Parts: sequence; structure tokens; C-alpha cells
Amino acid sequence: MSEHLLEVRGIDAYYGPIQALREVSLHVDKGEIVTLIGANGAGKTTLLNTLFGNPRALVGHILFRGEEITRLPTYQIAKRGLALVPEGRHIFPGMTVEENLVMGTIPVGMEHADEDRQAMFELFPRLEERRDQRAGTLSGGEQQMLAIARALMARPEMILLDEPSLGLAPLVVKRIFEVLREIAGLGKTIFLVEQNANHALKLADRGYVLVNGVIELQGSGKELLGNPQVRQAYLGGH
Amino acid sequence: MDWHILGQQLVNGLTLGSIYGLIAIGYTMVYGIIGMINFAHGDVYMISAYLTAISLAVLSAFGVESVPFAIVVTLGLTMFITGVYGWSIERVAYRPLRGSTRLAPLISAIGISLLLQNYVQVAQGARNQGIPSLIDGVFRVGNDKDFVQMTHVQLLIVIASFGAMAGLTWLIQRTSLGRQCRATQQDRHMAEILGINTDRIISTVFVIGAAMAAIAGTLVTLNYGSFDFFVGFVTGIKAFTAAVLGGIGSLPGAMLGGILLGLFESLFSGFVNTDYKDVFSFSVLVLVLIFRPSGLLGRPEVEKV
Repeated sequence: MSEHLLEVRGIDAYYGPIQALREVSLHVDKGEIVTLIGANGAGKTTLLNTLFGNPRALVGHILFRGEEITRLPTYQIAKRGLALVPEGRHIFPGMTVEENLVMGTIPVGMEHADEDRQAMFELFPRLEERRDQRAGTLSGGEQQMLAIARALMARPEMILLDEPSLGLAPLVVKRIFEVLREIAGLGKTIFLVEQNANHALKLADRGYVLVNGVIELQGSGKELLGNPQVRQAYLGGH
Repeated sequence: MDWHILGQQLVNGLTLGSIYGLIAIGYTMVYGIIGMINFAHGDVYMISAYLTAISLAVLSAFGVESVPFAIVVTLGLTMFITGVYGWSIERVAYRPLRGSTRLAPLISAIGISLLLQNYVQVAQGARNQGIPSLIDGVFRVGNDKDFVQMTHVQLLIVIASFGAMAGLTWLIQRTSLGRQCRATQQDRHMAEILGINTDRIISTVFVIGAAMAAIAGTLVTLNYGSFDFFVGFVTGIKAFTAAVLGGIGSLPGAMLGGILLGLFESLFSGFVNTDYKDVFSFSVLVLVLIFRPSGLLGRPEVEKV
């Protein structure tokens, strides 16, 4: 039995014919903010997708709350208390903001929907202003907020985010990271995949560095921020 | 201008169009959710015509005399069994091909279409089948020479079709199942990540499409009384035309396209030529594909980057 909330043990995954992950092992404990940084194409997104069963890990094990989820169908993973905010946000563009939020409640049912939606509107006042608007008409930052809020509607124990700052203006990025801190304050465990290593490592308790599908470095956020290799490769070398 | 002919053709067109609309729903919903044209859908409609006749025969053999009761039971039974057909077809012929090329399920659909036609031909015979007329009576407006009439069956067709379309619209727009269908249509992988069993949703869509075709099959059989194992082909292609006209993938588009196509076809029959009405309908299809490929209410497909 593992004591970690999420534990990944030696997984290999392929993206088409290319091996994207090689014996990746990592863990996230309850209440932690853990980040995974790495260059484009290092396998960060593949790792998150593998946690959700697509592509499947061909070797190794993924355990969540001590329970093996490696071979579960994707739709059952959300029901275990794991939520993913994917790269590119993937909101439902033809639905209203409110309907998008309701889509987040699938794993837990509608029982707390009203209360949770109100909490989301307090966290993201912009969403309340636009609640009846089609989500496809929102700005990039608003869509990212909506994607995060939708994931929280499932009352997940742990939330996985794939590059939430991608393509957003610096002020919006700042706001997103503030929100992540607030979410962590609510007792959610966060696993954050980022290219924006500077912001991510400042926020995170611990971090991993993925290079060509292999975990090269790990340590606390501070250690990695101070590591010359990391500074050279991901923080612009200054 | 003969106003009574115009009026009559509008009534006929509305009736025919409601039927096209009901069948078009099956094409458009399946296309919307998995991006394939289910060419076996017309034959599912054909199956429902046979089921209607069988059910009515069985009910009368059991001594059921109330016509409304017999029709309601037949409708329910036909929708259910046709739904089972729709579910099975998806399970057997399309789901195993998911994730392969786009062409594979299309070919598989043609195979299922031929299979259903030949199975019915062997099981029920190649000759025309028929049922006696159950509902008589007409509403008539005008004098003895020039009049517009609507039979009670036509009225039933229009009311039942609009009722079914309204019910389905409510289901898709307002219920949790409907939201899950729309989510699966808009972004299947994301729907899965949020905990929706999209395979189950896709099955449900096939069942809904088949049930709508079954309503059409029962109503048409009550109206014309005659059918054979091949009726699904032309009607199916017409309904497909209606779905394309309205914008394939769009539910209101399928209903609108069906009604418009029915009206066009009836007006063409009434004022130009009856023999060439199919040519006219398919010319509409060609023109839509050339000038407005996304249909009346469809959204143009935007390349994702």
C-alpha cells in the first residue's frame, strides 16, 4: 500500500511509434503542489494523458489513493477524484458558461451543483458576468478560468493542469497562478505541468524535470530554482 | 394559379416533410457525434414498417379492437424493437471500427444496409406487403370542385412528428443526458475525461435515431399501407438530403431541412411534374453541396490548429 496520493511507478508510454516516456516514476502527496517542467516535446502532456488512460502505460503502474488505475477506462478515472485541465483548455464552445460548469459535475452528481457553482463565481467573478454566454466567445484567459472551474466542479481530491499559462498575457498568467494558490488553500492537491518554469517553481513545493521522456532532476521548488542546470535550460540562464 | 392545388400541395408537403425530418434526425445526430453517415439508417426505417404491420396483425389476432390503443401500442413496440436494431448495428458494425479510417465504417454501413434488405427479403418475401387502412376521415375546405383536404392520418403524422421533434429538442437542450450528448459531440475526449462514458452516449444516439425512424415508419405505414424490403433506400437517401440541406450535424437543421424538402418536392409534383420529383430532390442536394456545403443551419467546419 502506498502512502502517496498519486504514485507513478516506472511507466513507459508510446505516442504512435515514438516512445514518449521511459520508466517515469514520481509521486504527489496529499496537499502538495508539485510541478513538472520540461521543454517542448519532453513528454509532459503525454504523461498527463497517460494518467487518464490515453495513451495507456504499457509498462509500470499508476496508483491513486493506493488503488491501481493504470488500466481503468478514461471516464472512470474522473470518478476516483482526479480532474484534468488539459492543454488547450478544451471547453465546450457551443455550450454556455453555466452549462460547461454543469458538465464538470458528472462524477459527483447534481447534489452540490448550485453551491459549487456559486463558489466558482466567487473565485472567478468574470464567469458570473458571462454565465449565459457561449463559452466559445470567451477570451483565452476566461476560457482557462472556465476550464479550471469546470474541473473543480467535480470536487476532485487532486487537480492536474497542463500548461494553464500557455498563450496568455503576462497579467492573466499572474492571475492564474494566484488562483492556483487559492485552490491549494482550499486543500486541493495540485500537479502542474508547465513550460513557464519560473512561475511554476516559485509556486510549487516540489518539482520534477522531464527531459526526452526521462525524469532527470527532482527536488523542492527552491532547490530547482537554484540549480544551475535548470537555470541554464529553462530559466533563460540568468 | 390554382390556389386549391397550392394549398393541397402545401398540406402534402408538410406531411411528407415531417417524415423526412424524423428520419433525417438519425443521420444528423450520428454524423454529429461520430462523423460518419449511417447508410443503414434508411433500412432501419424499413424494418420499422414491417414491425408496424406485424404488431398490428398480432394485436388484431388477440382481438384488440380499439384503433387508438392498437396504434399507441404498435408505436411503442416498434420504437423499442427498432431501437434495439439501432443499438445492435452500432455495437456490431461501427464500434469495432472506431479509430480506424473514416472510410471503414462507411463501407460497413453499406454492408449492414444490404444485410438488412436481404434478411427482410428472405424472412418476409420480396412482394409488396400491406395493411388495411385503419384511420378514415378527412378535413376539407372549399367547394365540391376546388378544395383542400387533410386526411386524419396526415394530421396525425404532422402532430406526432412535431411532438416527437419538440420532445427530442427538449431532451437535448434541457436534460443531463442531452448535455452529455452535446458534450460528446463537441469534444469527445474531453467528455471522457470529465467522466462521461462516451461509448454509452454514442449507443444512446443510435437508439434515439432509430426510434425517430420508427415513428416515421409507423406513421407512413398507417398512411400508405404498403411497403416492401426496398422502401428504406429512396426514403433514406431523401432524408439524408434533408439532413444535408439543413446542415448535417445540426438537429434543428434536420427538422427544417426535412420540412423544406417535403414542401419543395410536393410543390414540384403539383406544378411541374410528378415523374421527375426525385430528380428535383437530388438536384437540391447537388446545389446545396455546391453553393452551401454546410447547409442552412450548419456551421462551417473550421480546421483546428
